[in-house]
Amino acid sequence: MVALTVNGTRHEIEAEPDTPLLYVLRDECHLHGAKYGCGLGQCGACTVIVGGEAVLSCVTPLLLLENKEVTTVEGLGTIEQPGPMQQAFIEEQAAQCGYCIPGMMMRAQALLGRNPAATDGEIRAHMEPNLCRCGTHMRIMAAIRRAGELMQTSGRAASADAPQRAG
Amino acid sequence: MRRDSPLLLSRRSVLFGTGALVLSFSGRGLAQTVTAPGDETQNFQAVPEPAPDLPGSLKTNPDLDSWIRIAPDGRVTVFTGKAELGQGIRTALLQVAAEELEAPFEALSLVGPDTSASPNEGFTAGSHSVQDSGTAIRNAAAQVRDILIGEAARRWTLPVENLRAEAGAVIAPDGQRATYGELVSAELIEVRAQPNSRLKDPNSFREMGRPRPRIDIPRKVTGGEAYVQDMRPEGMVHGRIVRPPSPGARLVSVDTAGVEAMPGVLKVVRDGSFLGLVAQKEWQAIKAMWALSAAARWEERQTLPDATNLPAVLMAMPREDAEVVREGTPAPGSVKTIEARFTRPYQLHASIGPSCAIGVLENGTTTVWTHSQGVYPLRQAIAEMLRVPPEEVRCVHQEGSGCYGHNAADDVAADAALLAQALPRRPVRVQWMREQEHAWEPFSPGMVTEVRAGLDANGNVTDWTYGVWSNTHNSRPGGAPALLAAQHLATPFPPKPAKVQITKEGNGDRNSNPLYAFPSRDVTWHFLPDMPLRVSALRGLGAYMNVVSIECFMDELAAAADADPVEYRLRHLQDPRARDVVNLAARRFGWRPKMSLPKHHGVGFAFARYKNLAAYCAVAMEVEVEPSSGRVRMVRASTAVDAGEVVNPDGIANQVQGGILQSASWTLYEAVTFDPTRVTSVDWSTYPILRFDALPDTIDVEIIPRPGEAFLGAGECSQGPGGAALANAIMAATGQRIRDLPLTRERIRAAVGEG
Repeated sequence: MVALTVNGTRHEIEAEPDTPLLYVLRDECHLHGAKYGCGLGQCGACTVIVGGEAVLSCVTPLLLLENKEVTTVEGLGTIEQPGPMQQAFIEEQAAQCGYCIPGMMMRAQALLGRNPAATDGEIRAHMEPNLCRCGTHMRIMAAIRRAGELMQTSGRAASADAPQRAG
Repeated sequence: MRRDSPLLLSRRSVLFGTGALVLSFSGRGLAQTVTAPGDETQNFQAVPEPAPDLPGSLKTNPDLDSWIRIAPDGRVTVFTGKAELGQGIRTALLQVAAEELEAPFEALSLVGPDTSASPNEGFTAGSHSVQDSGTAIRNAAAQVRDILIGEAARRWTLPVENLRAEAGAVIAPDGQRATYGELVSAELIEVRAQPNSRLKDPNSFREMGRPRPRIDIPRKVTGGEAYVQDMRPEGMVHGRIVRPPSPGARLVSVDTAGVEAMPGVLKVVRDGSFLGLVAQKEWQAIKAMWALSAAARWEERQTLPDATNLPAVLMAMPREDAEVVREGTPAPGSVKTIEARFTRPYQLHASIGPSCAIGVLENGTTTVWTHSQGVYPLRQAIAEMLRVPPEEVRCVHQEGSGCYGHNAADDVAADAALLAQALPRRPVRVQWMREQEHAWEPFSPGMVTEVRAGLDANGNVTDWTYGVWSNTHNSRPGGAPALLAAQHLATPFPPKPAKVQITKEGNGDRNSNPLYAFPSRDVTWHFLPDMPLRVSALRGLGAYMNVVSIECFMDELAAAADADPVEYRLRHLQDPRARDVVNLAARRFGWRPKMSLPKHHGVGFAFARYKNLAAYCAVAMEVEVEPSSGRVRMVRASTAVDAGEVVNPDGIANQVQGGILQSASWTLYEAVTFDPTRVTSVDWSTYPILRFDALPDTIDVEIIPRPGEAFLGAGECSQGPGGAALANAIMAATGQRIRDLPLTRERIRAAVGEG
């Protein structure tokens, strides 16, 4: 039994300790945001935030997560009340198939949570691990920039929706 | 998935579900089968075409209520046989329907491909969705609108000309108003479409031609159920397949006892060399798959060609030469002949999300939720594999990760159908592993092209000869043999031999005939029937390689003629719409002959009309090449597109930008690798693709408005010109022409003498 907090809700997970966080989120918590892409930590489709850092959930076993705080794309807002990162991706229409997008959003959220005024160069370098096959990169970049603006104007970077670096 | 969909939904219940219209579909599907040669969507699946005089897919599905139904409360359901693949088609098709029907966009919903609900439109492929389905829906909507106006006129005994339709209602001059829901009845639109529709004047459009935010994006960015990968029907369990280690391998033996005893394992299934299992939870299934893989003994054979010398291998294969076009006579005065050979390795679709499907066997029907591009052909193939009548299989489209052609979607649907047979009434979800997707999806074939042109004293082309060596680019389900699992069964369905066929839209020869006005041309597809690696359709089929070859060679000719590449293209282009996109892209980019650029920068230009009959696209691009590393970074690109009448300009821009970046990835990085026995490019480290560091600062896309013109498919128009403009820019930056794709750092370093 491992206890962890996902999007502010505490869960006690009964699963084999080597179970990657990805399957805990999908099969135990019934969250769809984090996607299986490679299971090898090579593509970023499964990216979530743990303790303020972007983490590849497909290679992070449950046993390392005792009492950790996990945020998935579901934790950034809802379809009725999207958070700034979600709002920005909708405004910029930053998706084709969209499969990689939640992972992109979570990696970007980890950066903007620390620095909503990140430069283009910083955003590119930070996003380097995540792959998109449809070629939506230009719009993803635009959406991340827009999310930074929204966070700065609304001051939401420091809110509970934008997790801070742990410790 | 739609949350209100019951697990099994018969066509009849769909109809009852809409409330207003209870229709009988008996008697349909009996029409004479007419194949439409040249249409990629129908190359391998003859769709009955009972009404060849009707526009778009009304040819194959001529009944209005196959496309549009209206409930008493005014809600409109639009049906399409075309699948959402990330191209935004659901939104665009609803825009078309809302426009011609004169109904609010919000009142419309769309039912996608489903063998028990939607029209059969073959495959979603070849940039045909708006052309075929959009045209059908547009005409059907216009005719339904006019039928409802006619009904109001009848009820009110007023002349039709005095009535107008607006916002889902018919309105009389005195303000009298009847909603569509009040006017509609089953008999009214249970009619066959007419050849001519009273289509709206583009000047009065309020929906088409405007950027409409896509209806699917909010759910995708908030963690909603958006993909087949996200579905979780009641009682769902998880399947995994143990694939052979190599294409020629055979399963000799496997001890399943240990795996069967593992936690959560419900079933191990073996049929010949098809080996799979079902477990309660996904992680249990994956661990059991690894254990089962370790317990299996395979006999492997060397079946793969020499990868170190692929172009020579391809050109030495047995071949059938098919003439694509031979016309004109060489112009006199040729003073110079120039020739070149271009090569491309096998490449992948490489979807970010490995293919996935859910199958369930219940009440004698196998239902499969699938991201296949063709639910009807897939149903036929799965039924053949299961040896049951097609009526006992239902395929329902649910979105998956972008597929870009015939990836493993159909294969995993077959896997799910097979595992479902072993565990009746339990929905079995199967997702391929990354290494399975990379190794087993049908590849885009390796290709070689050779081109030769004569030039006169002014540098103009006097004659043009072109040959392309390639397998077929289409092994889509035309029955069970196209399904990977079916090839591995104890009683296998061996792959069908491919046949060469020259069609209007092309296959390996797609876009091999340049749009330029040369005095003579001789174009041949050297068709290679042997397929040592499994191949099928990747976005654009042969168009990408043919356009890259032709457009790189046009730059070589321009150089030989000491001409500017844009001017040189224009002197050989007569089609005014082609000239317009070339001029516009050049103007937006600020193209000038012999532009002055920073050191190690170069600019490139390219143009093509996709399939010579769909959208026109021209691309100008600037790159920076670092000679010491061979690293290429795109700096900026400008694109002009003519897609005919535009439904959603933002959707086209998204597709065109995406196509440029996707083809940049093909052009710079991608090659399937293999040894004599096994495929060795099995993950993202062995098959690298484009990352954020290679992105340009800008890719601007300008769409030329063509109100009143026919829709021209745009989803695949930019790959050829995008890849070619990039290759030409690299040549301009380095002074070296590399004719073997991909243009890797190693090749660039070697070419500039830094290797």
